[in-house]
Amino acid sequence: MMAAWVRNSANIMINRFKSKMGSLGMTNFSSWSSSFTRTFPVVPASCAQNLRIPVGDFSNSPAHFRFCSYRFESGKAETLSDDGDANQVLDLPEGKVKFSYELSFISESAEERECCYRVLDENGKQILPSSYVEVSPELSVKMYSEMVMLQTMDNIFYEAQRQGRISFYVTTAGEEAINIASAAALAFDDIVLPQYREPGVLLWRGFTLQEFANQCFGNKADYGKGRQMPIHYGSNKHNYFTISSTIATQLPQAVGVAYSLKMDRKDACVVTYFGDGGTSEGDFHAALNFAAVTEAPVIFICRNNGWAISTPTSDQFRSDGVVVKGRAYGIRSIRVDGNDALAMYSAVSAAREMAVSEQRPILIEALTYRVGHHSTSDDSTKYRPVDEIERWKIERDPVTRFRKWIESNGWWSEKAEIEARNSARKQILHAIQEAEKVEKPPVADMFTDVYDCPPSNLLEQEKLLRETIKRHPQDYPSDVPV
Amino acid sequence: MGIRRRFGRLITNWVDRKPFSTSSAIVEQTGKPLNLYSAINQALHIALETDPRTYVFGEDVGFGGVFRCTTGLADRFGKKRVFNTPLCEQGILGFGIGLAAMGNRAVAEIQFADYIFPAFDQIVNEAAKFRYRSGNQFNCGGLTIRAPYGAVGHGGHYHSQSPEAFFCHVPGIKVVIPRSPRQAKGLLLSCIRDPNPVVFFEPKWLYRLSVEEVAEHDFMLPLSEAEVIREGNDITLVGWGAQLSIMEQACLEAEKDGISCELIDLRTLIPWDKDTVEASVRKTGRLLISHEAPVTGGFGAEISASIVESCFLKLEAPVSRVCGLDTPFPLVFEPFYMPTKNKILDAIKATVNY
Ligand SMILES: Cc1ncc(C[n+]2csc(CCOP(=O)(O)OP(=O)(O)O)c2C)c(N)n1
Ligand SMILES: [Mg+2]
Repeated sequence: MMAAWVRNSANIMINRFKSKMGSLGMTNFSSWSSSFTRTFPVVPASCAQNLRIPVGDFSNSPAHFRFCSYRFESGKAETLSDDGDANQVLDLPEGKVKFSYELSFISESAEERECCYRVLDENGKQILPSSYVEVSPELSVKMYSEMVMLQTMDNIFYEAQRQGRISFYVTTAGEEAINIASAAALAFDDIVLPQYREPGVLLWRGFTLQEFANQCFGNKADYGKGRQMPIHYGSNKHNYFTISSTIATQLPQAVGVAYSLKMDRKDACVVTYFGDGGTSEGDFHAALNFAAVTEAPVIFICRNNGWAISTPTSDQFRSDGVVVKGRAYGIRSIRVDGNDALAMYSAVSAAREMAVSEQRPILIEALTYRVGHHSTSDDSTKYRPVDEIERWKIERDPVTRFRKWIESNGWWSEKAEIEARNSARKQILHAIQEAEKVEKPPVADMFTDVYDCPPSNLLEQEKLLRETIKRHPQDYPSDVPV
Repeated sequence: MGIRRRFGRLITNWVDRKPFSTSSAIVEQTGKPLNLYSAINQALHIALETDPRTYVFGEDVGFGGVFRCTTGLADRFGKKRVFNTPLCEQGILGFGIGLAAMGNRAVAEIQFADYIFPAFDQIVNEAAKFRYRSGNQFNCGGLTIRAPYGAVGHGGHYHSQSPEAFFCHVPGIKVVIPRSPRQAKGLLLSCIRDPNPVVFFEPKWLYRLSVEEVAEHDFMLPLSEAEVIREGNDITLVGWGAQLSIMEQACLEAEKDGISCELIDLRTLIPWDKDTVEASVRKTGRLLISHEAPVTGGFGAEISASIVESCFLKLEAPVSRVCGLDTPFPLVFEPFYMPTKNKILDAIKATVNY
């Protein structure tokens, strides 16, 4: 921002270039150059205009914005006025750059970390005055109920894996609010490209417990035809792309999908999820850059849960988390308390509106914690302190926090709680029992979908395999129909 | 040549996958019984101990790695030499190449072979051509890439693949795959000390399952030398890694039918030991190759073509390949996809009775 810039340069006259290089070493570079970014948070009046926060229809919510703290706003880099002295600017193809006569580096970090947007405190009390998107009692209760369902599903499926009934599982524990609240803020036509810790988004969209169970059991009814490991859900009819285990590959794909929506002038955007670890992959950086350059309506939602398997974020990046990377690519960004469902809902609602109406990408960094082990193959007590896990599990649980809020509004009760949990449990156990009874997909399904239709090599291999099965039926599982 | 076999814990799986072992051809040294991941761990300890310019890094390597291969290394050698990297395979490989180019031994771990592809460019266009393109002014020979590969019973698409053939198509790198703990230790130490970049694929199914006595001292096994692990006269079987234990079971069954099989562990896939395979085929007149990777374009095709070229007149039957099918690696259909003992046995009989 220009004002800040000018004042800064005045402050640091003593460090003018004419002072010897050697003396620069004595200057505290980071402190003064970083004040550049943070000390004068001047929000240009033009930004509010830019923002056009809607009064419109937010998918299924009667959303009403009581917005206006500047968190929702987005700064636009100040452009140089045309009447500036031509000698003081460098005219580049993509715009003008002002000269500085100070040997000044941009600091590696801002003086203060980016703030984290939150609406509810840890006791589920609304912090006043906070700007947020209102959620109706019905929607709030639905969000809470789905969080309970997600939690219960996780607990039971996790147990099923421990009992050897399914081969693998991953829980969303601690990240239920990100899952459900972000899903609630989207429209059904918005397309989701997930990582693997967002089954709540699919749950919200109406993927049934039976459908979840069928995938985890890899039975005949699984849309993926038993080919992938458990939790690799995908459902075309729910606009939810099939999960791949490979980290971050979905991100540039999401930009391509969004570009298609843009070209088709669809009133929809793409939402793609990923973890803190995923931001280290080249694909993440490619995706942000492509999104900015193609002006694609895509929302990047990073679940910064502190860990990528055993790797803490301090081994992952040295930036102020993920949110600051948005600006580097020219993408509007916000950091949100991911354990605050109201904040998450509000941020995604606003992001969606901007993405669709302004045809631009948005980056959301949701701060949270992976309360569970990475997966059923992991024991996280090997690499992180138990009290850290416990603190997040007990004191910062997003589900409890949201419950307190709806309870304090008189929308929820102990009785409703017991009923919801019992009912969820029953439904999930039922789904598992049903899924277990269904036979596996037939052997023929092994050879289809490699291509649109099987080429001769596969036809021949299928024939040979069937002969082998006839000769050695004992080698093959009896629950897979031949 | 006798085979010393030691069976580890049985896994309750559809496959009767018995651990394989190193033959007694190697100088007898009694050591402690070790499983495969511990043998790798021991090799890494030795590599770090014997050369202060050795580094071990990769995703989750700091706490010991998801397969425990790097357990205790960071504590012992410090976090500057053994460390977690950001989650970025291309970064891991690019970093490793640079480190190696400065005269260090860079041992880079890719968490699963299935995730090596983001680093493909660094391996194929960079590591493999570093020496050649500079007229030997620069090389990254100190680079070793470790990656667990292969089926494990429940890995599905992305925790099961055997991508060795891609790398065998790249002049400038070596590809090595051990079959047992002792082999793993001796071959890994050779790879780390070899003056060429090497991709070292570890059979993850055997990490815990395969147990044999491994000498505690520093020893190396030669690269580009295949090993005849079972002698026979009627047919030559060639394989590598975890598949050898399946092939060995087929050999034992065939023996009951009076068929004498010679089993060869190729160990180094490129540059491969054609002489040993050729000599064997000249003797038996028949060849069968087996690997988990899809049959089309697999490394078996290369072996088959070479042997047909050089031993055409000695062959009494077409070369047989018993391999994975030409589909992505499927979870539920894994038992159908795999080159099982009985598939191999049938092929042995068909080849011998051709
Ligand atoms: C390309 C690739 N490399 C490595 C892996 C192995 N792996 C699976 S999950 C994971 C950590 C992911 O962490 P993060 O992105 O933070 O997501 P979280 O599990 O915390 O939700 C790793 C390294 C992978 N799946 N894909
Ligand atoms: Mg994470």
